[in-house]
Amino acid sequence: SLSGYLKRENVRSLTMSGHVGFESLPDQLVNRSIQQGFCFNILCVGETGIGKSTLIDTLFNTNFEDYESSHFCPNVKLKAQTYELQESNVRLKLTIVNTVGFGDQINKEESYQPIVDYIDAQFEAYLQEELKIKRSLFTYHDSRIHVCLYFISPTGHSLKTLDLLTMKNLDSKVNIIPVIAKADTVSKTELQKFKIKLMSELVSNGVQIYQFPTDDDTIAKVNAAMNGQLPFAVVGSMDEVKVGNKMVKARQYPWGVVQVENENHCDFVKLREMLICTNMEDLREQTHTRHYELYRRCKLEEMGFTDVGPENKPVSLQETYEAKRHEFHGERQRKEEEMKQMFVQRVKEKEAILKEAERELQAKFEHLKRLHQEERMKLEEKRRLLEEEIIAFSKKKATSEIFHGQSFLATGSNLRKDKDRKNSNFL
Amino acid sequence: QQPTQFINPETPGYVGFANLPNQVHRKSVKKGFEFTLMVVGESGLGKSTLINSLFLTDLYPERVIPGAAEKIERTVQIEASTVEIEERGVKLRLTVVDTPGYGDAINWICICLFNTIISYIDEQFERYLHDESGLNRRHIIDNRVHCCFYFISPFGHGLKPLDVAFMKAIHNKVNIVPVIAKADTLTLKERERLKKRILDEIEEHNIKIYHLPDAESDEDEDFKEQTRLLKASIPFSVVGSNQLIEAKGKKVRGRLYPWGVVEVENPEHNDFLKLRTMLITHMQDLQEVTQDLHYENFRSERLKRGGRKVENEDMNKDQILLEKEAELRRMQEMIARMQAQMQMQMQGGDGDGGALGHHV
Repeated sequence: SLSGYLKRENVRSLTMSGHVGFESLPDQLVNRSIQQGFCFNILCVGETGIGKSTLIDTLFNTNFEDYESSHFCPNVKLKAQTYELQESNVRLKLTIVNTVGFGDQINKEESYQPIVDYIDAQFEAYLQEELKIKRSLFTYHDSRIHVCLYFISPTGHSLKTLDLLTMKNLDSKVNIIPVIAKADTVSKTELQKFKIKLMSELVSNGVQIYQFPTDDDTIAKVNAAMNGQLPFAVVGSMDEVKVGNKMVKARQYPWGVVQVENENHCDFVKLREMLICTNMEDLREQTHTRHYELYRRCKLEEMGFTDVGPENKPVSLQETYEAKRHEFHGERQRKEEEMKQMFVQRVKEKEAILKEAERELQAKFEHLKRLHQEERMKLEEKRRLLEEEIIAFSKKKATSEIFHGQSFLATGSNLRKDKDRKNSNFL
Repeated sequence: QQPTQFINPETPGYVGFANLPNQVHRKSVKKGFEFTLMVVGESGLGKSTLINSLFLTDLYPERVIPGAAEKIERTVQIEASTVEIEERGVKLRLTVVDTPGYGDAINWICICLFNTIISYIDEQFERYLHDESGLNRRHIIDNRVHCCFYFISPFGHGLKPLDVAFMKAIHNKVNIVPVIAKADTLTLKERERLKKRILDEIEEHNIKIYHLPDAESDEDEDFKEQTRLLKASIPFSVVGSNQLIEAKGKKVRGRLYPWGVVEVENPEHNDFLKLRTMLITHMQDLQEVTQDLHYENFRSERLKRGGRKVENEDMNKDQILLEKEAELRRMQEMIARMQAQMQMQMQGGDGDGGALGHHV
């Protein structure tokens, strides 16, 4: 890459003799982003009723509209809602995605799949926009998930099988921050043991959760400390209770009041600090530079793109794209040709068959005709013979009749004459 | 027609059969009592803690709780542990039947667990039937399940599909007492709402749970009131603990939080006492319902079936065995597939995430 090339060259550092003013660059960047507004997308994964909506309400100090879901959904779905919030002069387009029906089905083998599909779909949409010839990334509404809050049930024992399976399928696609939900049911000593057990389970099963970054000196220390407190044990509530002379967000029990923003009671404040105040931008950045890039690379490799062509020469995306398109066209043309050939071939074959059939038919016809002819001639012959016999018979009959008449007139003499004649002849 | 009247003989003296109840009492103390309680619910709902709290003993001294990865390999089991506890001379032989692994499986192995549990219940009925029909009936041991505590998670909105399916599978075989676990996660308002929701859903799905009998008319008012209160609190929402905490100057069993102490035996905190009262005062009734209803159902079905056609039963047994073997093989295949999948995940996820992103 170009910047790498420059680095290797000797770049000189100079001191300036006066104030130029480019120190305002960060401010300019900040101003531009304030103008644009920010976009943040949170995915909440957890069982029905575990407190996802309540926690988000509490985090953003807003009663986002929601209703209780049923436990009897046949499969897991995702529900997304976008809100526009403003704090001082900063505008935030917040999208909250919740799982619906997670953990309710009896067969939970495929429960994680709709979540994975949703995350991939947002990556895909972004990739499509990025690949467009005429694109407008500036105004594109980025729907990629920047953080996944995974809600662990406060059993006090360990992760559930479903938790392990789901997080393993999500950890390479999204920043996961696991939280212990409804933590006011876990006592302090139990909580310590629980957190240790959960983290060791995640580590031993190779689940990669989001680590708060420690590369920036200004926040490294606090981030490192917070990393050691994971998973955060949270309690959410929008109800207010009077404690002392203030109204605070709390849950009122007969035995005491759990104050949401009291760090002795739960880790809510820590979560808010880390998620919103300190590391929101890092979460967005990680999503873009790590998770999205991974998705993009895999997707393009699937489609057959490489960075390095044959003979190890770098290949630009554009070239590869053109080559692919060409190849595709060529392929398509070839296929068309093939199909045409096949069609022609078929027609020829069919024609040949039909001709053959026709010939056969003709031969049969001739044969029959001949037979017919022969038959006719035979019959003709017979008729002729018959006719001749008839004529002969008629003649005989006529002759006999004449003869019969003559003999009637000269019976004796003729007869004797005939007889004599006959006898004389004989003698 | 007038019903026959018992004529009270004009006895000048005392006869003595008024002492019968005492005799029954004496004999029963000598004989001792038996009770089998089945406990069913997802992992982590506090079942073991609650049982220990109820009977003020440690029924599970060497417990190892498996992690998520181990749970994948675990087959379904039934574990019965029997203890003998005594109070003021009265001996109770208590058997607690556990079903570890319930609700852990993420595929259809869950349903196979139902069959295992139902088979267990039937087996106890079968054994009792056999013993009862035998020649020597001196020492019949009653291992039939008299009561099943079904633990409902307080973290959801009510019953889940698994809960409904299971209760419907056993409600004709055992007395079901639904219990809302870890009740210290619910405020009073949430608790009432959840109880009502669960009762509605039980009715909606026609699930038969154990009904406490109304108090007899000759019982005293306190008892009647207690029964009314008990009935109104079902399903009980409970908290269990065997740890002693210092609260309000005395030691109580409870759970210590930064914001207060949940007292197990405080009726304003949870229904633990009600559950214990119900169990103790109705132990005999639970046994009777098991005997008169569930067992008799089983027995009549069994005798109808088993009376004639004995050879068919043997053949059916072989067939059932084959079917069960096939089922087992299928289950094992499923487990193997899942394990293979998890193995492939683990191999693919090392380094800084720059490795293969695809999941197979």
